[in-house]
Amino acid sequence: MTTNPTSEAVPVATDLQDERLIRTEGFKGALKVGANRVRSGDLGVLPIIVGLLVIWTIFQLLNPFFLSSANLVNLLLESAAVGVISLGIVCVLLVGEIDLSVGSVSGLSAAIVGVTFVKQDWPIALAILAAIAVAAVIGLVYSFVYNKFGVPSFVITLAGLLGFLGLQLWVLGVEGTINLAFDSFIVWFGQQAFVPVWLSYVLAALGVAGFLLSQLSLARKRVKAGLSGRPMSMVLAQTVILAVILFFAVWYLNRARGVGWMFVFFAALVLIMHYAFTRTKWGRSVYAVGGNREAARRAGIGVTGIYTSIFVLCSSFAAIGGILAAGRLAAAAQSSGTGDVNLNAIAAAVIGGTSLFGGRGSAFSALLGILVIQSISSGLTLLNLESSFRYMITGLVLLLAVILDAVSRKSRTSHGRA
Amino acid sequence: MSTVPAERTDGSAPVLSMRGVSKHFGAVAALTDIDLDVYAGEVVALVGDNGAGKSTLVKILSGVHPQSAGTINFDGRDVSINSPVDALHLGIATVFQDLALCDNLTVVDNLFLGRELGPFRLDEVEMEVQAWKLLRQLSAKIPSVRIAVASLSGGQRQTVAIARSLLGSPKLIILDEPTAALGVAQTAEVLNLVERLRENGLAVIMISHNMQDVQAVSDRVAVLRLGRNNGTFRMKDVSTDDLIAAITGATDNVVTQRAAQTGAAGAGGKPGVPPGASGTADPATTEEGTVQ
Repeated sequence: MTTNPTSEAVPVATDLQDERLIRTEGFKGALKVGANRVRSGDLGVLPIIVGLLVIWTIFQLLNPFFLSSANLVNLLLESAAVGVISLGIVCVLLVGEIDLSVGSVSGLSAAIVGVTFVKQDWPIALAILAAIAVAAVIGLVYSFVYNKFGVPSFVITLAGLLGFLGLQLWVLGVEGTINLAFDSFIVWFGQQAFVPVWLSYVLAALGVAGFLLSQLSLARKRVKAGLSGRPMSMVLAQTVILAVILFFAVWYLNRARGVGWMFVFFAALVLIMHYAFTRTKWGRSVYAVGGNREAARRAGIGVTGIYTSIFVLCSSFAAIGGILAAGRLAAAAQSSGTGDVNLNAIAAAVIGGTSLFGGRGSAFSALLGILVIQSISSGLTLLNLESSFRYMITGLVLLLAVILDAVSRKSRTSHGRA
Repeated sequence: MSTVPAERTDGSAPVLSMRGVSKHFGAVAALTDIDLDVYAGEVVALVGDNGAGKSTLVKILSGVHPQSAGTINFDGRDVSINSPVDALHLGIATVFQDLALCDNLTVVDNLFLGRELGPFRLDEVEMEVQAWKLLRQLSAKIPSVRIAVASLSGGQRQTVAIARSLLGSPKLIILDEPTAALGVAQTAEVLNLVERLRENGLAVIMISHNMQDVQAVSDRVAVLRLGRNNGTFRMKDVSTDDLIAAITGATDNVVTQRAAQTGAAGAGGKPGVPPGASGTADPATTEEGTVQ
């Protein structure tokens, strides 16, 4: 008798019983699965991490100030505003639509805050709420036109791009620029608000602990239900990597001014949207609508409701981003939200790995994508290059990201992963 | 051609009763004055040539298109089915010919699409456990429920689509060409499954071009032709010839003439092979090439 009696007694998990399934167990198996996934075109966040490392290395070699604490603190603060706008773009891209007017809507909301807060002396909270409410109404109008008349979102929001730029100029009036007081809340939030050192470590620790606990409880629940749990070694390895990255980042940033509240706010929004996309019925419906609209409709999903919620969310995020940008600039100007804001927000979402074809992507792509865009922008500024070069290089990176998206989509199709 | 009355011997009311249902697409009348009754614990096969209106009828029942005229009585109430949600709420589940699955989502996601457990905190573990239970019940051969539906074969996708229709505990299940894309074993599985649905007291409408499948599981056959009723038959009373005749609308054409000839020739025909199957003159008949 050579068979080990204990190996027969162990029941195979419900989800691993099919004899055709290639058994991958433990840490090595998980790595192998990951490698296979990449090969078949399911790239995940890999290209962006590689891209970020390449960009950082190049700029660091060209200018040693680039990776200094002081510059990175600034870089993160600069990313928050457009990052929030980009989060809205992720929403519309997931259902396979686009919003080209986020720049104008962000500028309009900055103008509304400027006029109501400075000129009309409204309380700041009320001014911010009013700006977001106006943006939400804009999203409602978009979704109404889209659902009712079936006009492509590309065209609707292109009209919005012009229309709301006009509205922004009209709201600002003849002066064109409204300065926000330096002691006001939003300017403080955009420029001066940093997380206390102790709290930044507590937040990092909470993040790591939260990740570990959720993974452990999920694994325990799965094993209890007779399914396979993720290998403990893999969970621990990921936790350690996350902890090293978070604690090192916090420590490094605290050598200069520290972690800006505005960036923490942006990161919190990303986490909330990640939860909404992956763990709620609404999020599942969003992916379904983006993947196969008719199938989603036949499954009983209120497709028009999903589109409405998405357009409203996107415009609202654009407004929040515009207000953050106004706080950062300490002014609402005619140029707020114009120029490269629109393109940067869309580019960030696509570079971060959200597909232009719908149904594929994640909230984290806004965070990762804006880091890439802002790194390029910051690096080129440090090199004293004109904005002409910045536009060209950002355009090139966007093109590369879209090509990567299209190629990996092709590869997924041929590997049966769609 | 004997059209059986809709009444049942035990006097129970039908689950679904359609009266005078019509559907127009612009100037085209896809369906005209359709009557159809389906009882609980009964499999009704819906047959007809291409363009006979079978799929349109299914779409009306599943809320994809509302009907232009006529009444639908479901479970004793007159209902209007204006959207897929209405159909699901009534208890009408449909497995569409094009399966209507989301390729970018996993098997579990697709199974529970539109009725996820825990709307604000998805219970992935419970959904996965239920998905496996369901798929095992159907003896489905799906290697993993955490892979995207895009990577499944046609038969596996069909199984997922059928499994999904069972999740909402419906009263009426509509299967649009459930065996069209399946292998021999999977076809048998699906037919077993249809019988199991009947045993569980569900009403089943099955659309099929495959007379063998129709004969294997259905209790009654409703024939559509050019958007109109062309007879309802009890399976045990009807021959394949009669069905083919009703489908093609031909009681007097080259097929039946040939049938009469071969019938006269007597013992020459192979037993069990309906003469219509060998007819090549009528393209409508050759389209039913699966008749054996």
